Amino acid sequence: MWRCVWNWIKKERDLRRILFILLLCGSTLSGLATAHEQVDVAELVIGHVEDCYEWHITTWGDTELSIHLPVLVWSRTSGFHCFSSTHLYPAGIEHEGLHIATEGKYKGKIVEGDVRPFDFSITKTVLGLLVNSLLLLVIVLTTARWYRHRQPHDNAPRGFIGLMEMMVMMIEDDVIKPCVGSDYRRFSPYLLTAFFFIFTNNLMGLVPLFPGGANVTGNIAVTLVLAVCTFVAVNVFGTRDYWKEILWPEVPMMLKCPLPLIPLIELFGIFTKPFALTIRLFANILAGHFIILALTSLIFVTAAMGPFINGPMTVLSVVFSIFMNCLELLVAFIQAYVFTMLSAVFIGMSRVGTRENRKRE
Amino acid sequence: MLLSAILIQAAASIGLVKVGAAISAAIAVIGAAYGIGKIGSKAMESIARQPEAASDIRTSMIIIGALVEGAALFAIVICFLTLVL
Repeated sequence: MWRCVWNWIKKERDLRRILFILLLCGSTLSGLATAHEQVDVAELVIGHVEDCYEWHITTWGDTELSIHLPVLVWSRTSGFHCFSSTHLYPAGIEHEGLHIATEGKYKGKIVEGDVRPFDFSITKTVLGLLVNSLLLLVIVLTTARWYRHRQPHDNAPRGFIGLMEMMVMMIEDDVIKPCVGSDYRRFSPYLLTAFFFIFTNNLMGLVPLFPGGANVTGNIAVTLVLAVCTFVAVNVFGTRDYWKEILWPEVPMMLKCPLPLIPLIELFGIFTKPFALTIRLFANILAGHFIILALTSLIFVTAAMGPFINGPMTVLSVVFSIFMNCLELLVAFIQAYVFTMLSAVFIGMSRVGTRENRKRE
Repeated sequence: MLLSAILIQAAASIGLVKVGAAISAAIAVIGAAYGIGKIGSKAMESIARQPEAASDIRTSMIIIGALVEGAALFAIVICFLTLVL
């Protein structure tokens, strides 16, 4: 029977007819749905994007299928703790003096009494980050290994290695070389790593099945660390002329002394650039996750309102979700590209006055 | 007059924080949409003037669009923070 349906879909030229039939089927099928209690959309959405000590996969009827992750905590009073988070769920249960706070400033996090110990547990975001990093390592090292015993005049790679070469060379030739300048080879490893790390994590965040679906780049701590890496690459490797331009620029003396106005503005600028990198990536990815989750939960919110509202809303939700997912694929690539490009530009601006760059000026 | 009456009602029932956050988010998005619209229209004009530079213009347009959107998302993040904190 499904083959007949598939053949009809393939033959049918009029898209409107297909959509209409889908609408009818959706309306009738959703009437079979049993009414559940009112769905809390905010809790559903926040629960999917926030960090957690367990990775909830699904709820099959009454049983919850989730992976309980290890809790690694060091507290000043009671020392090192290491156990599975099974002991801490449902939230509020105490184990070895620690429990997950259910309200207040530390809601959702492990507290000991009232204070928060040093918490370096493997949470959902951490596990997602490790899994995605492992995936990235496998992809990149496999690609690198292909080139090991080949000469430059051999045939170009095809298939997946060809795709990886195309992407690496696109970033290298269009972003890193023009933006960093003549000593780009020194910073190429960091910038390429940043691009592929952000791209992989963005894409895996869109996959709804385990092990994808962890909101890694939508976590401000992760993007902050990436921005700090760029900060270090820009300022630690900045040339003497770069620091001279910041602390004693070539402007009229009134703006430098007695009140160092321009140097203060420039110092402020050193910190706003990584801050902007952090917020841009974090907000873009988080907003994308929010929208897709909200559109999907539209189906469940309208489930209690009867089949004639639920059916069309289901179709609408599916159509918009497909559109938003395509947009999020684009955003995943663009945000990685923009982060890499801006980092390259900042690094290029800090490498001012080197022997190679002086020829450029 | 009617608008202020509605605002006072909303502020009384759900709290001024939520009303403020919603209105600020709307204003931020207006700014972002205006900026990206301008970028798009200039890009269209440039491509019409010089079709062979279309792919360069398209790349620059997408990059600048991401930067303008970053600025608007600053405001969205602040709106969200006012709701939570």
